[in-house]
Amino acid sequence: MERRSLTATILVHAAALILAAVILAPVVWLFIMSISSTTDLITKPLRWWPETIDLSRYGVLLSSVANSAGEAFVASLFNSLKVAGMATAAALVVAIPSAWAVSRTPSVGWSLYAVIATYMLPPVALAVPLYMALSALGLLNNVFGLALVYLTILAPFTTWLMKSGFDSIPREIESAATVDGARLDQILRLITLPLAAPVMATAALFAFLLAWDEFFYALLFTSDQRAKTLTVAIADLAGGRVSDYGLIATAGVLAALPPLIIGLFMQRALISGLTNGGVKG
Amino acid sequence: MTSNWITTRAWLLMLPLLIVMIAIIGWPLVDTVRLSFTDAKLVGTAGSFVGLDNYVKMLSGSNFQRTLVTTTLFAVLSVAAEMVIGVLAALLLNQQFYGRSVLRALMILPWALPTVVNATLWRLIYNPEYGALNAALTQIGLLDTYRSWLGEPGTALTALIVADCWKNFPLVALIALAALQAVPRDITAASMVDGAGAWARFRFVIMPYLAGPLMVALVLRTIEAFKVFDLIWVMTRGGPANSTRTLSILVYQEAFSFQRAGSGASLALIVTLLITILAVAYAALIRKSAGAS
Repeated sequence: MERRSLTATILVHAAALILAAVILAPVVWLFIMSISSTTDLITKPLRWWPETIDLSRYGVLLSSVANSAGEAFVASLFNSLKVAGMATAAALVVAIPSAWAVSRTPSVGWSLYAVIATYMLPPVALAVPLYMALSALGLLNNVFGLALVYLTILAPFTTWLMKSGFDSIPREIESAATVDGARLDQILRLITLPLAAPVMATAALFAFLLAWDEFFYALLFTSDQRAKTLTVAIADLAGGRVSDYGLIATAGVLAALPPLIIGLFMQRALISGLTNGGVKG
Repeated sequence: MTSNWITTRAWLLMLPLLIVMIAIIGWPLVDTVRLSFTDAKLVGTAGSFVGLDNYVKMLSGSNFQRTLVTTTLFAVLSVAAEMVIGVLAALLLNQQFYGRSVLRALMILPWALPTVVNATLWRLIYNPEYGALNAALTQIGLLDTYRSWLGEPGTALTALIVADCWKNFPLVALIALAALQAVPRDITAASMVDGAGAWARFRFVIMPYLAGPLMVALVLRTIEAFKVFDLIWVMTRGGPANSTRTLSILVYQEAFSFQRAGSGASLALIVTLLITILAVAYAALIRKSAGAS
């Protein structure tokens, strides 16, 4: 690297400290709120670090005692897992064959633009008919119904990511296997899909995070513990009359943990997915 | 294999996706168009044909015009702030300093935090009685009395923009950083030998590498910001006095709170049309700048 004056070095380090503080302060504060006692959180002047560390709220939210705050929270946690899991699996099933087809067949490439275009549609443009259809089918307040609706977001997105993934696998490998007499299903199963495994994993993680994060459809289409997802449960807590801010913060920490862990450990894959998917389209 | 068969095979492989997309995207979109010409209610009455009444009513209403201004203000200000802060952060992260790799890793945190958790977190920070912002500003001495940041029309929108910006500028920074790392070292070195100042280097050496990725980030972020719902719903529900009501919130209220499916659908299509115009304009802009360079 080029040589830097001492002043420049100090400035760079100061700026880095400020950036780190900006990024960390809100997240750390969320965690501190979750382990502070209610009295610490409502004293003035505010106590920035709790007198005694209080982990009881984690116990409260993760308990399954009937009719408790915990029961509702645990139910919504499982609903989120079910909906996000099912929607991700279904999205991959429909996205993989189409993404491969688009990647290998230039003559149908235009259909990918149609797929990407739907990704720009605001959910409000589909919400009313989807609500009426789910209601007619008896799928309102139902995890299967919500997972189906999530496909509107996940299917175009995973197709887009998988297509750029298949693009980076040389088609010569496939043609060589064809010459050797392999059938298409053999080629895909034994050669292409194993090579595309990392991209599939990235696409699956992205899709899961998108579904985990979703709020609008969940707010509209679910109404109680049978299907309410975490995002709706947290919005209920935040907007309701809960006076224990620490409990709201704890719910936030628990809901944020899976994506934060995925984000930190899968950083490289996520960033290359973001930049590739975003730049190459 | 004939090219005919290859094309047919491609369509066959795409069939599951096409069926799903037609069933849950194509059909609902068409049905939204149909509903927008009726006075249908969300539950019960199917409604009868009313022509363009819904559109006329919605477009001429003061609600729509005010909401459009609010939405545009939110989108332009938050995206502009995210782009500027994001690029500055990326330039910093491209320098050498102790703990650089840790800080780069931390940048993923706000992006990974679920939107609703982010909104809840900032709602707690802005709390008028016990919030951390009031406490911090008072303890430093910048504020005499606690304020209701989300409760006053004058500050609510700005407070929302800050919350949105905190969550999204790191993504811009990561995209810009990836682009910066693609700038060849010898080019920057050569420009320094040639005596180019910091600004000239940024403008003429680095910017060409940043422009493409930043443009894509700009498009995606603007469209997202224009659609914003979650953040605002959790933090203010469009209040106080509708000062933070955006288009998506207005559609929600019309179609679901008031159960007027017909006029809600017409409003949703107006929003869709606005986003489409935005996307097409951006696409033209990108093509033009790609052709120029």
